Amino acid sequence: MSAASRISIVVVSGSLERLQMAAMMASVGAVSGNEVTVFLSMNALRHFMRSGGEAPPAEGPFGRLLLEKKAPGFKQLFHSAAELGDARIHPCSMAADVLGVGPDDLEPWLGEPLGLTKFLSDAQGGQVWSF
Amino acid sequence: MAERIVIDARGSFCPGPLMELIARLKFGAVGEEFEVLSTDKGSASDIPEWVRKVGHELLGTREEAGVWHIALRKTK
Repeated sequence: MSAASRISIVVVSGSLERLQMAAMMASVGAVSGNEVTVFLSMNALRHFMRSGGEAPPAEGPFGRLLLEKKAPGFKQLFHSAAELGDARIHPCSMAADVLGVGPDDLEPWLGEPLGLTKFLSDAQGGQVWSF
Repeated sequence: MAERIVIDARGSFCPGPLMELIARLKFGAVGEEFEVLSTDKGSASDIPEWVRKVGHELLGTREEAGVWHIALRKTK
């Protein structure tokens, strides 16, 4: 296997297409031997509530097609990234504070809330993708 | 010789077939053979690429009536 590289993924959008693409990158990246860290913030975080909550809206026709087809869901893919590829998926501590949510409110496979300083420090020298 | 383990991922889209394969590989023994059935054309090229990248043995890829059969052996 080639040497592992570090991939950091920032997800701020709450749209279905962006969440799906971020989840695809995280899952395939993680199971291919990369160290993947995902940082969920802004409009993205509310779609990771344990209670389910509302489904993310589609930005355009492709998002609507995704819903019709048998594509794996974005949460399933993020979960697989963590379970099969040891990806670390963290809520942004600021977003968690603003939403008034804690680890008990969020999906159990998410890590502890992470601050930007730590995220940026971990991301240094690696690939950074934002959605 | 042990029977090849078939993973029927027909109808799923990228990266569903790959993730289904990896979930099964995790609990497989070294030397076991797997065959993924996929109707997703992207997965037909992506899965062999993944197999080579992580170091398993690709046994072959063929297409039959719109279904790709990707066979591999777990090596580690």
